[in-house]
Amino acid sequence: MLKYISKRVFWSIVTLLIIIFILFLLLQFMPGTPFDDEKLTEAQRIIMYAKYGLDAPFWQRFGIYLRNILFEGDFGISLALQKNQLVQDIVLPRLGISVRIGLQALMLGTTMGIIYGVISGANKNTWVDTITTFVAVLGVSVPSYVFALLLSYFFGYKWRIFSITYRHGTPFWSSILPTISLSMFVMAQTTRFLRTELIEVLSSEYIKLVEAKGVKRIKVIFRHGIRNALISVVTILGPLTVTLMTGSLVVERVYGVPGIGDLLVEGILTNDFNVIVMIAFIYSALYITMNLAVDILYGIIDPRIRVAKGG
Amino acid sequence: MEKITKEMFTPVSTQDHLIQEMIFDTGATFFKDAWKRFRKNKGGVIGLFAIIFILSMALIGPMLGTHVYNELIAEHIDLPARVPFLENFGIFDGSVNGFNPYITRGLTDVYYWFGTDNLGRDLWARVWMGTRISFFVAFVAVAIDVVFGITYGLVSGYFGGKVDLVMQRVVEVISGIPNLVVVILLVLVLKPGLTSIILALMITGWISMSRVVRSQTLKIKEMEFVLAAKTLGASSFFIIAKEVLPNIIGQIIVMTMFSIPSAIFYESFLAFIGLGLQPPIASLGVLISRGYLAMLTYPHMVTFPVIVLSTLMLSFNLVADGLRDAFDPKMKGF
Amino acid sequence: MEQKPILEVKNLQISFQLNFGVNHVIRDISFHLDKGETLAIVGESGSGKSVTTKSILGLIDDNGAVEVGSCLFRYQKDGKDIEVDLLKCGKDYLQKNIRGNKIAIIFQDPMTSLDPTMKVGNQIMEGMRDHKKVKNRKDAVKRTMELLELVGIDQPEKRINQYPHQLSGGMRQRVVIAIALACEPDVLIADEPTTALDVTIQSQILELIKDIQKKTGVAIIFITHDLGVVANVADRVAVMYAGKIVETGLASEIYYNPKHPYTWGLLSSIPSMSGQNEEILSIPGTPPNLIQPPKGDAFAYRSDYAMAIDFEEHPPMFKVSDTHYVASWLLHPDAPKVNMPSVLRARIDSYKKRGDTHE
Repeated sequence: MLKYISKRVFWSIVTLLIIIFILFLLLQFMPGTPFDDEKLTEAQRIIMYAKYGLDAPFWQRFGIYLRNILFEGDFGISLALQKNQLVQDIVLPRLGISVRIGLQALMLGTTMGIIYGVISGANKNTWVDTITTFVAVLGVSVPSYVFALLLSYFFGYKWRIFSITYRHGTPFWSSILPTISLSMFVMAQTTRFLRTELIEVLSSEYIKLVEAKGVKRIKVIFRHGIRNALISVVTILGPLTVTLMTGSLVVERVYGVPGIGDLLVEGILTNDFNVIVMIAFIYSALYITMNLAVDILYGIIDPRIRVAKGG
Repeated sequence: MEKITKEMFTPVSTQDHLIQEMIFDTGATFFKDAWKRFRKNKGGVIGLFAIIFILSMALIGPMLGTHVYNELIAEHIDLPARVPFLENFGIFDGSVNGFNPYITRGLTDVYYWFGTDNLGRDLWARVWMGTRISFFVAFVAVAIDVVFGITYGLVSGYFGGKVDLVMQRVVEVISGIPNLVVVILLVLVLKPGLTSIILALMITGWISMSRVVRSQTLKIKEMEFVLAAKTLGASSFFIIAKEVLPNIIGQIIVMTMFSIPSAIFYESFLAFIGLGLQPPIASLGVLISRGYLAMLTYPHMVTFPVIVLSTLMLSFNLVADGLRDAFDPKMKGF
Repeated sequence: MEQKPILEVKNLQISFQLNFGVNHVIRDISFHLDKGETLAIVGESGSGKSVTTKSILGLIDDNGAVEVGSCLFRYQKDGKDIEVDLLKCGKDYLQKNIRGNKIAIIFQDPMTSLDPTMKVGNQIMEGMRDHKKVKNRKDAVKRTMELLELVGIDQPEKRINQYPHQLSGGMRQRVVIAIALACEPDVLIADEPTTALDVTIQSQILELIKDIQKKTGVAIIFITHDLGVVANVADRVAVMYAGKIVETGLASEIYYNPKHPYTWGLLSSIPSMSGQNEEILSIPGTPPNLIQPPKGDAFAYRSDYAMAIDFEEHPPMFKVSDTHYVASWLLHPDAPKVNMPSVLRARIDSYKKRGDTHE
């Protein structure tokens, strides 16, 4: 087990390094040089060039780039958004909000998704199931920005129940609409997945044996069905994280949440490549970490992996 | 019950009665069977009809309207939807937020079924033209990634050994990067446009296809007939292709169906964050991202493309769900 | 005074709804099970043996339905004698009173019969506690340990906390047996319990089942497609073909005096241990599909002894002795005298000579 984890950790790190390399490569193709701002003096420029190795040959430049990132988290200077500011100083303060709302959406989405999934899976082919399934399909089909638009229009603007934009003063309350918008896809996808898993589990041989033991149907579902189905749900957490990231770009824009998603869009619009690269890296790192966590979690909760064959 | 006579006890040869040996067959092939099951899935059937409907509209829609899609008429900017017959019922009568620009500008004989945009262009035509573009982008991207995914999986599985190892490592690294990042970076570097977007969409989709194909190839490769074919000098590559593909064609179709809405979504998403198709091409995504800006004052500009896009994605998902259930041999009897 | 059988199935007919028709899996069977005895139901795969027993517990799939028939079960509750038709009482009644409690079942494949995420001990205790056979967890654990010993699992203290994947196939099947015995049922249905196991383990499990019957007096319905397996275990045998019972009798009658051509075929296809170069006979053809069941005697199509009447009407049960009944027109007084294949005759005679008596 330990061997498995260390192998995965090793490859995750390798992947991250490769990603940094690819990002670095792409940077070379993007137009525009930093430090062509008139406000810089020649002396400052020379220092900057040296620090970021901009005059050095390719591999040396990469080495410096890598070193800056790994030891200082330094992704360079912002080219357009806030000129001459360290990118990390622009990005990092905004990281917290995005992570918080993302986690809120993940928890809301998976919890509700599990509940709906169980309801529809345990009552297969009844009208409850049909309705839930249809709503779930809707949830994965309608793009997140549509939900964001709809929710902000109706609940924020027309009926004024929730605040239409995010405000620092009310960190939780004004994050409700963004959280709900973001959680839609997660909720719907979890529902569909859990339903399928539950139905499959409930049709397996051992469930028949449990029923033959004379256990009440509802206990069968909870004690055996859900437990086994939930284990598989863990496996979709990785892809769900990606949808959260994707969705956050739009949701943050629509609600004015000062997070890294909104910053990324800004960066794209202004061609501030260093900002884009740093955020891209953060997303990748988050994704890889999430996958690693899922793998480890799965190894823990599935007794077939956790407890090796013995005796 | 007839009377039992002595003659009835004469031995009879069973050869004549081997009719029972005949395998009871409804004459159903795998596909006919699956199609029958699909038909029973209400969601799938509705989705299919919706897709056909929208596709047809995309083809003939712009011609049905009364205006040319890229014609800008300055006096007609920002007009809400107005439909001739329905306006008598109070809906689609050209009013929004309390006032009616058709009346205030004296445009009594002018109708725009979906209204106009901020440059005075007919949204009805633009929405359907946009649907064509969105369809096109999605189909091309998915087609390429299916072909590429299948090939990659076949090659990786067939050659095995070092080749497979390297190819799988590449897959692992690529799948370690979230699609979002890949798409954004590609489009950024290659400059937003039709080719770069199609390329970006394609890059993210082929991995799951290649995985399925690879595992099937590995399984078939071990079977003895492949060794036999090799000994006879036949190219086992094509034999494997012939064996693997029919087995997984169901899965391929389902996966393809699922990737289409994903591609449509990503294209519209890119438009929304500013990396979309550039004018004069306007996809649904572009229309939505423009219309969103005026959402509060002129909701019609964003509503119609959103409805078409969502319906399209919903329909493909329904059809994909239906196909997946239809191809699943585990379904019992019903 | 003769005791009534504890389980009595009469004229049972079950069919399944399929896409393209109705599959008449069970076309009319009747049998009974007496207290403490072992009845073997033998037949080819697909003859409907499993469906019969699953229907007793109400466990058949949703697209299946009992068309006709009854299944009387007689048991005692709180000192009272109760007789109930299991096919007519609802699922709730079955769940509360019968399943696990009075009638238990063992499935064929031990690899898939157990919940992979639940400890083995807990799975044994589940039935006991749900049916309130034990007062608390401590008693349940104690009883589980006793059961584990009864079924021959070593180190019960260690095993009770293990997961199914940590046990071998044979051990898992023992656990399944322990689960079945947890509530001390009156009837045990063993649905091909050894088919999925290695041959050496097979005999161990058979011995175990016999042993348990001696110790607890439970009545057993043993389902199998292999007459050889059943030879030492069964008191009575019922042979099934195409959804009907074609021959039934005491084990000794079936093994030493079989009358139905299908039974002959089954017995002949058991490879002989005598080492002589005998033919291994097999039954030509395949079982019929029951969506369009054949008219008359279904086995006639594969039999060397078929007569015209076999294709017209299904034979009734002809009595050979009080306990031995055969559904074959060959036993009609007007039928030509037919003897079992000589190979089979020789084999049976040699068994008799060797003194392979069957109690």
